[in-house]
Amino acid sequence: MSSVWARVEPLLARVQKPARYIGCEDGAIAPGQEIFGPEGPVAWLLAYPDTYEIGLPNQGLQILYEILNERPDAVAERTYAPWQDMNAQMRSHSVPLFSVESHRPAAEFDLIAFNLSSELVFTNLLEMLDLAGVPIHTERRAPTDPLVIVGGHAAFNPEPIADFIDAAVLGEGEEVIAEITDLVRGWKRAGRTSREGFLRELAKIPGVYVPSMYMVHFEGERLVAVEPRFSDVPATVDKRTVADLGQWPYPKRPLAPLTEVVHDRLSVEVFRGCTRGCRFCQAGMITRPVRERPAEQVRVMISEGLRRTGYNEVSLTSLSTADFSEIEPVVRGILADSEARPGSSGTTTINLPSLRVDAFTVGLAAEVNNGRRSGLTFAPEAGSWRLRQVINKLITEEDLYGAAESAFSQGWTRLKLYFLTGLPTETDDDTLGIAELARNVAAIGHSHTGRASVNVSVGGFVPKPHTPFQWFGQNTENELHRKISLLRNATHKVRGVNLKWHDPAASMAEGIISRGDRRIGKVIERVWREGGIFQEWGEFFRLGRWTDAMVAEGLSVDWYVHRHRQADEILPWEHLTAGLHKDFLWDDWQAALHEHGVEDCRWTPCYDCGVCTGFGIEHIVASNTPPAGGSQGTGQDLSRGGLIPVSVAPVLTGGRS
Amino acid sequence: MILRLRSTKLGKIRFVGHRDLGRVWERALRRCGAPVAFTSGFTPRPRISFGLALPMGAESLAEYVDVEMDPAFGELPDPAVILPQLCEFMPDGVDVTGYCIVDRSATSLQEVVTSCTWELWGPEIAADEVARACELIAADTVSVERERKGATRIDDVRPLIIDLQPSSDGLRLIAELATTGRALRPAELAGVAFPGCDRRDVRVLRTHQWVHGDHTETGVSEDSRSPREHSTSYGDSRREVISLPVAVPASTLVVGA
Ligand code: SF4
Repeated sequence: MSSVWARVEPLLARVQKPARYIGCEDGAIAPGQEIFGPEGPVAWLLAYPDTYEIGLPNQGLQILYEILNERPDAVAERTYAPWQDMNAQMRSHSVPLFSVESHRPAAEFDLIAFNLSSELVFTNLLEMLDLAGVPIHTERRAPTDPLVIVGGHAAFNPEPIADFIDAAVLGEGEEVIAEITDLVRGWKRAGRTSREGFLRELAKIPGVYVPSMYMVHFEGERLVAVEPRFSDVPATVDKRTVADLGQWPYPKRPLAPLTEVVHDRLSVEVFRGCTRGCRFCQAGMITRPVRERPAEQVRVMISEGLRRTGYNEVSLTSLSTADFSEIEPVVRGILADSEARPGSSGTTTINLPSLRVDAFTVGLAAEVNNGRRSGLTFAPEAGSWRLRQVINKLITEEDLYGAAESAFSQGWTRLKLYFLTGLPTETDDDTLGIAELARNVAAIGHSHTGRASVNVSVGGFVPKPHTPFQWFGQNTENELHRKISLLRNATHKVRGVNLKWHDPAASMAEGIISRGDRRIGKVIERVWREGGIFQEWGEFFRLGRWTDAMVAEGLSVDWYVHRHRQADEILPWEHLTAGLHKDFLWDDWQAALHEHGVEDCRWTPCYDCGVCTGFGIEHIVASNTPPAGGSQGTGQDLSRGGLIPVSVAPVLTGGRS
Repeated sequence: MILRLRSTKLGKIRFVGHRDLGRVWERALRRCGAPVAFTSGFTPRPRISFGLALPMGAESLAEYVDVEMDPAFGELPDPAVILPQLCEFMPDGVDVTGYCIVDRSATSLQEVVTSCTWELWGPEIAADEVARACELIAADTVSVERERKGATRIDDVRPLIIDLQPSSDGLRLIAELATTGRALRPAELAGVAFPGCDRRDVRVLRTHQWVHGDHTETGVSEDSRSPREHSTSYGDSRREVISLPVAVPASTLVVGA
């Protein structure tokens, strides 16, 4: 094992935030003195292509880190994208990308596995490979070079990075990493001979997509076919899904960093998947069905996690935490445990991200916030009921006003509202509805306190693969700017309303990659060669680099980003599935255009989207009644009721698998 | 009551900033179940206060922290139990090496300390350079360019240099620098002591924090291990924040050399 620490150490006196590069976190697993030769364990380097502060809290990475390190025949270490200053130091002193635990060069690992949470980090992936001394192109890699694997939400359309990766893992990694480790171990023992032969074997593992095993045919601009190069390579790759979250109580040893990170608290995942069916939401679509963690396990993970890390704040994570069947008992349990712990004086703070928009949720937030009223966030997403039916975010104005009333009356003074603009069928009236909602919420606030403020955050909608909106032509940058100025005019004189918006230029670059095909790889490479890294960071982002690269490659932004797709078009990710039938997605797209919302299949009959039937899995929810207090998703007015049982399909799982 | 602790900060952990390490202390104390007192208000903070900040990148054998305990939150901990736990919960390189109990009315660490002893060395610093650096003590004035409120000015820092000596192997400069007024930072000293050397390559280790005068509340530790024996030529009223009746072999604590 060859540590480069002695060469890294002098550089750390020359960079900002050197603690990013030292490891030593509580929960970090320092590798033993294993021999990293052919007989040694399979060495994984888990890489996050953004800064340490953003990457360290990533739960997916922490879970895999622990599961791999529990295996006697594997080790896993971590690495993050070095910030510009460190990057420059490393390049000028020929220090390669290294792991933070043993400071071993990245190229000495058997695999480098990147967690991709968004498209704009793709250039950082190239930067990190290059910094590691690993050829960025798959075809140039020797058998001794590490395997480059990607996973995470943005890996569901890996076509734009097909030339750079050896494989993409679709879906959840807990189980598949064991299969990959086994295969790599065998290959290592046999001396890592032919890379292509190994990749062909790798392509047979369910959930693993090996781009180099597929031929992609274009006719002019059109994609006409994607076909496996060999008959034993599967024609389509399905995502992996863990059937029972209760079997994976990870992380058991959460990482507690030595320097401040974005989510500096304990996180416990209470469920995975979401079937609210918001049509713009890729995370919801690709993680179906809903699998709740048993409440008792949640409690143990929280109390153990707090004890182990010393944190006094916990986040209960999921795509919509208030939907967790046992949210109330769990929350009460944490508060009771917290009272009983010596020395902490009952100060455990509970964080509920992704709140639902209703009074019940606000009541819950009030209970857990320990008197703190730092700010509450709601995401109505669209400005009118009509448009919310199009996107299937079924909350009524009354839900929002009820939530606002409840929040302001319980002491909050600052609310944050998230919206998207550039949604399918959006008219100016819909856009202006955002201003209207904000104005009314602020007025509710002012009836309680003169200090009430409403921060409205507007993002430009980028259609994503594997969603019903994958056929929709994204709004142009100009159109998004126009809509934002409509909103600026409509809100700038309104007391207590502050408008913030996401840069439409960044949405456009995201749009280029998000539904891109393999030809976009050259664009990404060009942007990277021009120095375009850290593209999620405003100070480094320049749209010009992306549009210039598109021109240089003879590709049309309009064709990739702004064009509506046709029903019969072969999409670049046609051979990859998140389990959703294409005709389900198409029907849902048509329903959207007809302003027709659909209910949550957790509590109503199945629409046969494909995931449960196709994978032989089912929802795991502890309660077969929808939560109290809001109309959201149930299509009923529950905003002032208690628990209202759903009359149809009391047992959700019958006849599905 | 206040538990005053002395600890080390050695190795990789030297790159963790003062405030960040403060958060790590908070978590470690919480893990011990120590009945730490809290400030009042909606966001209660534990009453933990740190002594003079250590510059980023410097190591130390003598860091101090005051932890206020509140009997209302539970029994006051037995230091013999809690200190080993704290060592375990703090990252590698942070070891608690001494403690004493002081009263709530005690002078704060920031105010009580009047000087610190530092060791400075570097890969490119040879014994003759250390010897030459020690000659600065004979100078009438030592000029250092410093920034103050955005403007650069030349300060005479000679009054802040209390002592300069070579280490026994001659390779380290041992400097006692005053912390009163506008303290002289070790990096600033390095700039004048080793003019040919990039000051970012000069390694810095704080070995002692000293108290002059008679602050009786500093107390005597019952479980202290000496950071490192330090031979000085003058035995005035100066003593360490936590006095050191017991000495341990320096080898158990020396790093970095
Ligand atoms: S298969 Fe049916 S129950 Fe399962 S997620 Fe899809 S619509 Fe819901």
